[in-house]
Amino acid sequence: MSVPLLTSLLSITARAGTSLLYATLGEIYAERSGILNLGVEGMMMLGAVSAFAVAFHTGSLVLAVVTALLVGTALAAVHAFLSVSLRANQVVSGLTITLFGTGLASFLGQRLGPGGTRLVGLVGPALDRLPIPYLSNLPVIGPSLFHQDLLTYGLYAGVPFAAWYLYKTRAGLYLRAVGENPETADAMGIRVGVTRYLYTMLGGALAGLGGAHLSLAYTRGWTENITGGRGWIAVALVIFAMWDPLRAVIGAGLFGGINAVQFRMQAAGTTVPAALLNMFPYVATIVVLVAITWWETLRKRVGAPAALAIPYAREEKG
Amino acid sequence: MRIAFEKRESVSHTVRVLVPLVSLVFALAFGALLLLFSGANPGVAYAAMARGAFGSSRALAETFVKAIPLMLTGLAVAVAFRMLFWNIGAEGQLAMGGLAATGVALFVSEGLPSWSVLPVAILVGTLAGAVWAAIPAALRAYLGVNEVITTLMMNYVAILLVSHMYHGPWRDPAGYGFPGTARFPETAWLPRLYGRAHFGLLFAVVAAAVLWFVLQRTKLGFELRIVGENPEAARYIGIDIPRLMLVAMLVSGGLAGLAGVCEVTGVMRRLQQGLTVGHGYTAIIVAWLAQLNPWAVLLVGFLLAGLLVGGDQIQMAMGLPAAVGLVLQGALLFPMLGGALFTEYRLRIVRTTPEDVGTPEELGLDEARS
Repeated sequence: MSVPLLTSLLSITARAGTSLLYATLGEIYAERSGILNLGVEGMMMLGAVSAFAVAFHTGSLVLAVVTALLVGTALAAVHAFLSVSLRANQVVSGLTITLFGTGLASFLGQRLGPGGTRLVGLVGPALDRLPIPYLSNLPVIGPSLFHQDLLTYGLYAGVPFAAWYLYKTRAGLYLRAVGENPETADAMGIRVGVTRYLYTMLGGALAGLGGAHLSLAYTRGWTENITGGRGWIAVALVIFAMWDPLRAVIGAGLFGGINAVQFRMQAAGTTVPAALLNMFPYVATIVVLVAITWWETLRKRVGAPAALAIPYAREEKG
Repeated sequence: MRIAFEKRESVSHTVRVLVPLVSLVFALAFGALLLLFSGANPGVAYAAMARGAFGSSRALAETFVKAIPLMLTGLAVAVAFRMLFWNIGAEGQLAMGGLAATGVALFVSEGLPSWSVLPVAILVGTLAGAVWAAIPAALRAYLGVNEVITTLMMNYVAILLVSHMYHGPWRDPAGYGFPGTARFPETAWLPRLYGRAHFGLLFAVVAAAVLWFVLQRTKLGFELRIVGENPEAARYIGIDIPRLMLVAMLVSGGLAGLAGVCEVTGVMRRLQQGLTVGHGYTAIIVAWLAQLNPWAVLLVGFLLAGLLVGGDQIQMAMGLPAAVGLVLQGALLFPMLGGALFTEYRLRIVRTTPEDVGTPEELGLDEARS
């Protein structure tokens, strides 16, 4: 493989993988606390539309990103309220968030343009690439990994932080305890409900951020179905990563890479029909999920937090 | 002082009826906000929606056209959800059913006696949906692969495949480049009852009746219920859960596939854009609002179809986004989900004086001691 090709593939991989990795990290936090959040897709969708609308009208990217964070947090708070306080079925609650978020995003996309018009096709301020001095001069990884936007760079800190936080800090230990064994955590004096609320909302904020990266940097604009199932792929990547932030990087890289190859093939004018190329990430998700599940079962390793998706209620003891 | 949930002695039927009503009021109120935001009078818009959906025999027929796939996919989802198999793939199963039926109608029909074309198309389409559903079912049953992800990913694959077929290999050569297949021969048309409302309605009613009977009166239905309510107990009494999962998903996928068959043979009479418009996702809302009861699925499917048709109407008449209908569906489910708790629990405000912080048993301390 030639150096320019490798550089370009790596560059697209990092760019395409950013939104996925944010959403995956967020879902790891939420699931580690025992809350399964299937609303990621809806949160990304609403994050994307709100970030773009704010950027378009105010010109402020900071405000746009903050809005996406808040929107994701708010949707996640609804999910937390339903699944923690009201002990609703988490699968159905998450699905509802996704259906609702997708519908609302589509509605807003048709209304938030200038004077209540459509957002589709509008061009707004975008997150530009900021080459990091010195590092961007390195061969191959310089022009690819260190020639990205600020949100991508945020992950270079966010992923190691998540790994350190989960495994090396007291708060991380408490978080894992709540997801693995809420009864014991409760007896230790950890507030199970509050913990679950907080990390579910953190997860929602990160999903919103992933959505913001899509509309501010990756596609640079709002289109219907902008996420294309990335929120769902993120949920699959959590399983692939066995709830580990560092392994999530491999997963997101893999799927970003698939996007990159697909992109290059389309650009090169391949004879493979576009529909078949577009199917590839989804088929790959299934294949990877099957392989990883089979492999982990063989090694008899169970990675999921033991209390995942199980509501906790102190009153029901005994 | 704190708020506590107290288990009711028996399931409250008042709450059971009250929760859907409250949900409806909540959804309408939320929708009213959105309509206000769009600069429309909510009262006028809702009246227009109601008229557009139920106001005339023509409107009713169109609502039935939308209701049929919602009823069939709603039943499909309800069967799977009964045993806590999260089939999010009704959309793709519907697409595969429609695709297979199209294949029969376009390429096999001439070699068949004319009376048999429609039954063969229905059979093949139903089977295609069942097979598409059997893949994630087998993966979950025998390898433990998460079905939420696989059923969902297979939707994208199916939708892309269908779109590829009518844009590419199966496109009508005489269609002036319009994406879509040729019109089906008349032998493959599902007869219509009134307006565009077709025979699929009878399929939905019969399917609901059969499902109700199976779920209430047969060993299979009993086993499904046990697995859904208490998987441990099910394993203990020797239910073959993997086999049951496959059976339930074959039925589920078959029903969704049948919905796809009805769409292409009853409504469009060709394969073109508009087969996959999200019925398979709305089906989840239908099934859950109906509390997985087959008869209730028919009713809820009809009402939600009214929302969709009404949404289209206000888009055409008042220039409001049709997505209002979608948002309303989501908003319907939130209070419904939250409210489920109150059928089994009641809220009680507990005064926490030092004397009654609770017995050690209530606080869960007995376990820590032993």
